[in-house]
Amino acid sequence: MIAQTGQMPVPEPTLPERPESLMRAAWRRFRRNPLAMGGLVVFVIFAILAILAPWIAPYNPASIDLFNSDAPPSWQHLLGTDDSGRDIFTRILYGSRVSMLVGVLVAIGSVLIGCIVGAVAGYFGGWLDTVLMRIIDVMLSLPALFINILVLAIFGASFYLMILILVLTSWMGVARLVRGEFLQLREMQYVEAAKAAGASSVRIMFNHLLRNATAPIIVNATLMVGGAILTESALSFLGLGVQPPQTSWGQMLNNAQEYMLTNPMLAVYPGVCIFLVVLSVNFIGDGIRDALDPRQKAHIPKRRIAQWRDRFLKSST
Amino acid sequence: MSTPQVRVIAGDSAQEDRRDENRLQEQKTLVEVEHLKKYFPIRGGFFSHAVGSVRAVDDVTFDIRQGETFGLVGESGCGKSTLGRVILRLQEPTAGIVRFDGVDLTRLRPRQMRKMRQQMQIIFQDPFGSLNPRFTIGDIIAEPLVVHGVAKGREIEERVAELMRLVGLDPSRRNHYPHEFSGGQRQRVGIARALALNPKFIVADEAVSALDVSVQSQVINLLSDLQDELGLTYLFIAHGLNVVRHISDRVGVMYLGKLAEIAETDEIFGHAAHPYTAALLSAMPVPNPHRKRERIVLQGEVPSPAHPPQGCRFHTRCPFAQQRCREEEPQMREISAGHWVACHFPMGDVA
Repeated sequence: MIAQTGQMPVPEPTLPERPESLMRAAWRRFRRNPLAMGGLVVFVIFAILAILAPWIAPYNPASIDLFNSDAPPSWQHLLGTDDSGRDIFTRILYGSRVSMLVGVLVAIGSVLIGCIVGAVAGYFGGWLDTVLMRIIDVMLSLPALFINILVLAIFGASFYLMILILVLTSWMGVARLVRGEFLQLREMQYVEAAKAAGASSVRIMFNHLLRNATAPIIVNATLMVGGAILTESALSFLGLGVQPPQTSWGQMLNNAQEYMLTNPMLAVYPGVCIFLVVLSVNFIGDGIRDALDPRQKAHIPKRRIAQWRDRFLKSST
Repeated sequence: MSTPQVRVIAGDSAQEDRRDENRLQEQKTLVEVEHLKKYFPIRGGFFSHAVGSVRAVDDVTFDIRQGETFGLVGESGCGKSTLGRVILRLQEPTAGIVRFDGVDLTRLRPRQMRKMRQQMQIIFQDPFGSLNPRFTIGDIIAEPLVVHGVAKGREIEERVAELMRLVGLDPSRRNHYPHEFSGGQRQRVGIARALALNPKFIVADEAVSALDVSVQSQVINLLSDLQDELGLTYLFIAHGLNVVRHISDRVGVMYLGKLAEIAETDEIFGHAAHPYTAALLSAMPVPNPHRKRERIVLQGEVPSPAHPPQGCRFHTRCPFAQQRCREEEPQMREISAGHWVACHFPMGDVA
């Protein structure tokens, strides 16, 4: 039509460059989100500290110094020492390795299993849905802590076994969530369109529908990180999680319980760490959710608008 | 964008001639539908067993010739969209046979069926619901290419750009998301997706009903231009007779899950034999205030497809209904060459 009128230039045969990939656009939106970026920075700092713990920790986390127990913070012991005279800063560093690994791995594991089960149940429906949902009901009605204790008591308290058990007892929430989303989404016409194009069920489930269900899944996953850290602490308290002298934030918290009245700071340090990590993960999760939504409008700060107004409007008010 | 609209009016007779040529050249049947039925169970009771069924498509037989446009009309809820979907096996038929190019689609395994879908595509009515909001336009159009593995990387990009130009979209916008496009543009995206694999057969399920009139004519012209260029066969489902008249070679009229009448477009519009067709035609507005016409206003509501009336399905609303219509169901019969009607007393026959 353009060529017919002869006024506008003929469209060039070469392909215009691909403007922006999905991931790059998402990253651009993510970067503009101050809360999400703050969360990411905090999380990355914790992650680096955890990875580098053996090199930056000033002491051996297990070395006991009974002559210097319950010491207040000083230059020698940045956060003081605990009841056995162990350096708290060192133990926080080493504890973060366990706690963060547990939190992240459990969240990833349960989201994977939950998504697969929920997607299959919600997409196919019928008897498959009924069977899977009844299995979930049964799993939910078994006390998770009991299964944890049972398995760990029988097979021994291994770190990776603990992660596996935590994953196997916490995927049901995600599965229900994903199923609910899929029940709604599978009726959308673009599913029929994908079917008409010849897409397989697997492709429709994991390529078309999962993308539309990301928002609640991400929120759920971020909440799960905190939950896993706390469950690990409960298991450690029962002597089934991380074995002393190895430590984790949860174990430190439980340790501190005895000394709550004499040295409350023992509980505050690991508590603050858990709080910071969980909060940062939640902010990151919110940021990812918003960044992946193509309909999200770019947020322009009021300050920027005011600047533009000053610069481009002739009549200043 | 006003040029195509002008062509609608001016190019009518030329198009007519071309269609006649097509008809002579290609009499081969592409799609054969035999006794096709689609019942939806109504569940109820304590154990949610089937207590009845909605007969959305009830014993429909017709065929579509290669290269033609078959218009399917009928009022809302008469089962025309379901018929289109069952032909493409997007919904499983309850009974009956659909043959595409001689192959019985109803017996294909899922894998074979998916492969078969390269040759048959659908354009949906709703340009908003039929595009995945999380996919870019480019990805949506590329989807059939990726699924069937017919192109890779750069090839896909080029094919997508080619398709977008073909349907009149700017290829540089292929990384935008559906919500950034207008309804007409989205419908073009749906058309581009349907064309991606060079199909032989396209079901246009009210492809233009959701668009405003000026965009409607653009899209219709686009469809008929593409038919000429690519040799497509259409099943064009619509409730607007104007649209069907303009684009179709043959028309089928559907009422309550059954075909009432099939004939060439001119025959239907000139010599409608079924009272229902006549009523539909008389409801068509004529752009001439001085021409008085007798209007057949149908009384009552469409009966429920869960409990269709005995005998002829139309007898409850038919102004010419007689005792025989209430007792005996009329079968399809050919009253003149290529003109089939399911009525005991076709109009202009006995009167």
